[in-house]
Amino acid sequence: MSRLAWQIGTVTAIRAETPRVKTFVLQLPSWTPHLAGQHYDLRLTAEGGYQAERSYSIASPPEQTGEIELTIELVEDGEVSGYLFAGVAVGDSLEVRGPIGGYFVWRGEPARPLLLVGGGSGVVPLMAMLRHRQRAGLHPPTVLLFSVRTPEEVIYQAELAALAQADPSFTLLLDYTRQAPAGWAGYHRRIDAPMLGEVVARLPAAPQCFVCGPTGLVEAVANGLLAAGLASESILTERFGPTGGGNNG
Amino acid sequence: MPGFFTNKGFQPKRASGHKLPPGQYETTDFPVLTAGPTPRIALPQWAFELKGLVESPVQWSWAEFNQLPQQDFNPDIHCVTKWSKFNTHWRGVSIDTLLEYVQLKPEAQYVMAYSYGGYTTNLPLADLRAGKGFVGLTFEGQPLAPEHGGPARLVVPHLYFWKSAKWVQGLRFMSEDEAGFWERAGYSMYGDPWQE
Repeated sequence: MSRLAWQIGTVTAIRAETPRVKTFVLQLPSWTPHLAGQHYDLRLTAEGGYQAERSYSIASPPEQTGEIELTIELVEDGEVSGYLFAGVAVGDSLEVRGPIGGYFVWRGEPARPLLLVGGGSGVVPLMAMLRHRQRAGLHPPTVLLFSVRTPEEVIYQAELAALAQADPSFTLLLDYTRQAPAGWAGYHRRIDAPMLGEVVARLPAAPQCFVCGPTGLVEAVANGLLAAGLASESILTERFGPTGGGNNG
Repeated sequence: MPGFFTNKGFQPKRASGHKLPPGQYETTDFPVLTAGPTPRIALPQWAFELKGLVESPVQWSWAEFNQLPQQDFNPDIHCVTKWSKFNTHWRGVSIDTLLEYVQLKPEAQYVMAYSYGGYTTNLPLADLRAGKGFVGLTFEGQPLAPEHGGPARLVVPHLYFWKSAKWVQGLRFMSEDEAGFWERAGYSMYGDPWQE
């Protein structure tokens, strides 16, 4: 399907982000600059020739040359993520192909406000966008609304907090749907239209929206953003199937 | 076609009873992958048309379209994001039935399917005929849900499922191939899951 070739990357680092999420840093012999939001396909081959492939969003910005970071969630009984978590160590090789994707990408428009809405591991391509934004010195008014179930599931928490602290043009809004930290005064429910209305109101003009996460969340958010008056062309979506087989599963 | 590279210790987890295209895995779920929000189309406003390289374009309203002869289809479907779903049950109108209502010009070789919401996808006319394509109205005994492309979507099971345009509004017949939405974003013009 893709005109790109498979290449074998070397795992140079593995970082635990949360109990069920890890970042794999892969040095690539044929690295090419990507756009924030794109993904790579990853392929595992068993001794007998059986192959399994998944698509994983690139977490790193294009400014991080020669390598890509893939932040991957361990899926219940996951065929590929299970192997990556249990069977792969620093120094091992992984076969990948990319970068792929021309739709769910942020090209770095400096003036247009940006609304990023992520659920769980859906934050990964949005993080690539935020990292690129920061590395490229871009400061469009930006909000990340990041929905997770519990406090231990906030991927990139320290980095996001530091970014929000250092950059007044970036606002981080966390939303806990199941259990919030003690004393939490912020959002504590599934994302709904009134919440999105409040979030959109924080931006000085109609934003470009990127929404990524499980299907149910993406449907609700896309509908809510339309209800808040945004044009459907300004809402770009990337859905993970419930089987977890879409992105990052 | 595997090369010499293998991952130490990797074992297949799922035994599918079915023959899968390269790189695909089986799902019993029905994932939703759409670029953008789900279009909602009011049935009194819905219409389906055939236009472009035809002697005379035709259009059906929802009521008229539902009067057309329908058939049962039970294909396997394959998505480019790697899932495959076997033995799905649809009811709809075959493209062959629809083509009885127009006279195609001899130059008509390709089709652009276009949808409510702006989606487009291109494919050769030959890949729609002889039972290869239909407009699906019912899925697993129920009217097709909006998230899955309802009230009507194109279904072309032998190609990757992005060619099966959801919320289909019509087919435009062309003499040259032309890139649709995903094709312009980098996907292949043809989309054969067995060609990986």
